[in-house]
Amino acid sequence: MKITFPHIGNTYITAKSFLDDFGSEYVVPPFNTNKTLELGSKYTSEAHCLPFKLFVGNMLQAHEMGADTMLITGGCGPCKLGYFGEMLKKTAVEIGIKMDIITLEVPDQGMKELAARIKKVSGGSNYLNVAKAVNAAKNVAVQLDNLERLSRIKRARQLEKGSVDKIYRGFQTGILEVSGSKEILKFIRQTEKTLKKLPVNEKARPLKVGIVGEIYTTIEPYANFSIERMLGNMGVEVTRQVTVSGWIINDMLKKGLHLPVESEDVRESKAYMSSMVGGHAHHTVGNTVVHAKEGYDGVIHIYPLGCMPEIVSQAILPAVEENHQIPVMTIIRDEMTGEAGFNTRVEAFVDLIKKRREEHLNEQNKMLYGY
Amino acid sequence: MVKVGIPRGLYYYKFSTLWESFFTELGAEIVISDKTNKNILLEGANNCVSEACLPIKAYYGHVINLLGKADFIFLPRFTSISKKQYICPEVAGVQDMIRNSIKLMPRIIDTEINLRKSEKNSWLAAQYTGEFITKDKQKIKNAYKNALEAYRNERQVMKSGMLTDEFKQEIGSMPLRVIQKRSTNITVAVLGHCYTVYDSFINMELMRKLRDYGIGIVTLDMLDYRESKEKCRELDKMLFWDYGTRAYGGSIQLIENGGIDGVIAITSFGCGVDSFVIELVEKKIREESDIPFMKLVLDEHSAETGFCTRLEAFVDMIVRRVTHENNVSSYR
Repeated sequence: MKITFPHIGNTYITAKSFLDDFGSEYVVPPFNTNKTLELGSKYTSEAHCLPFKLFVGNMLQAHEMGADTMLITGGCGPCKLGYFGEMLKKTAVEIGIKMDIITLEVPDQGMKELAARIKKVSGGSNYLNVAKAVNAAKNVAVQLDNLERLSRIKRARQLEKGSVDKIYRGFQTGILEVSGSKEILKFIRQTEKTLKKLPVNEKARPLKVGIVGEIYTTIEPYANFSIERMLGNMGVEVTRQVTVSGWIINDMLKKGLHLPVESEDVRESKAYMSSMVGGHAHHTVGNTVVHAKEGYDGVIHIYPLGCMPEIVSQAILPAVEENHQIPVMTIIRDEMTGEAGFNTRVEAFVDLIKKRREEHLNEQNKMLYGY
Repeated sequence: MVKVGIPRGLYYYKFSTLWESFFTELGAEIVISDKTNKNILLEGANNCVSEACLPIKAYYGHVINLLGKADFIFLPRFTSISKKQYICPEVAGVQDMIRNSIKLMPRIIDTEINLRKSEKNSWLAAQYTGEFITKDKQKIKNAYKNALEAYRNERQVMKSGMLTDEFKQEIGSMPLRVIQKRSTNITVAVLGHCYTVYDSFINMELMRKLRDYGIGIVTLDMLDYRESKEKCRELDKMLFWDYGTRAYGGSIQLIENGGIDGVIAITSFGCGVDSFVIELVEKKIREESDIPFMKLVLDEHSAETGFCTRLEAFVDMIVRRVTHENNVSSYR
């Protein structure tokens, strides 16, 4: 059994640590490129959302490398993600490749089935070892997100353009050489130290932009044309509250153990949305409010075409924009989106919020032009 | 008398009898928005985010149509209408979308309908709704009971193979103009959400057109829901959308029962649920039967001529197939 998994940002490192601890055989599929998307769109109907197409692309590319089992996460919410597992199975059969899909969720058949699935992945380890590996993977995810956060702060203040990217890229390729959660954590800490040493402009007061939206498109750099790097290199400090580690802790562990999940963004969103609609719609609206209260200069909202929960939040965001006086731009990504057009929009947005801040400094309280 | 406005959109096409009889029993006057027309759709599309699907845009239009005509607007929030199943997230969030984007709204009756955990929650929803109109608990209880009975009767009528036609749009004439399921030689199943199948403006009078060809119609409401749910067990993971269960289980029933000469699936552009469900249904029908299948995608730019041409070709094909009895679909 050779296991593989789809790419979502740096999640491959978490998955790697998890599988390394069991000594399972696995393949890390090539990073997402246009080829991945092309392969994915070839075998799926046009109505599917971008994440699904990329998942199929990852599956095919991993299959070429010899993988025969794919590990994904699921759910049972009204968002389509919960049904990805089944659809991937059907797609694999249709294409004619042999690919087992293991979904890490509590299925209809109950906890027993989940335990059986984990046993299959872990190669028959006992529960104590599984719990240890899950905990270690969680720690890796948390550390990774901390590292990402640090790199975003440093990038906005770097003296030499591209110096953060250089370290960060070195980290992303170097991590493939290390194995086991302990070694991975060590490597992350090392990179963190190197980043901290990097000379920065201490006096800089960069523009602050929050990124909100659907989890896959906000996290996966291919899906958002590396917006974090692009903004960072323009000297903008980026914040993204929805993280993989947060998702693992809140949606997989806490929900699985029936612990209460309550956070600031969900509380703030209650004024606009009284009950859940699935996906990350609540976090999108809530985080926009939180960012506005924290004095951010703007918010960029990204989601893939056809994402149902985010359409709801897109309709609500103008109300937040007006009540809290924060500029919000929505960008929708599908396989036809051109990178140049995307960049132009982001650049224009940054120009506008820059101007807006200058006017605020001169105590001329004005909204964006065109309002 | 208190005036309660009900937008003629989304789940109105399923629960109209229930809601109307409930509010009437409570002593409220009901104002229903006009039939969907060009203006309503245009008004809706102008006020809604462009990514939303066609029925949501039409719903916006209906709400705008009601502004100034009623004291309350009944905008229920659907989370789930059956056990362990969800509704599409857009429909679940449409109330929030409207609340935050249309100004000058009258008071909203914002009942939450969530039967995911227990079906008894429908009584709680009725109680909450009723308290907007009256404080008399007994009255609410009676109204709820009667409304439920009226709703069940209507469902029973539909299940027996009659079609609630054009949804009581001709006031004064018989509310249920009915057609027999097997009135003709040819029967076509129309799969789709109730708000696309029964809204004759959105689906460009598909039902009337089919009837004009002399074709009998079966909709998902004529199939047994419990059986559909049972049939869905063949999937490794149950579909968690109510519509998905109905459509997938329904299509298995159609295949097994036979007597269907064609299947038309109507879906609106950008419908996330359909992108999965209709694909599953299509695969199922194409693999396990020789019933011709056609998918029609609707949006606000759909041209009627193109729609008619496709429908005509499909009907011609079925007719030829039935009369020549060679059972070879020219479509496959």
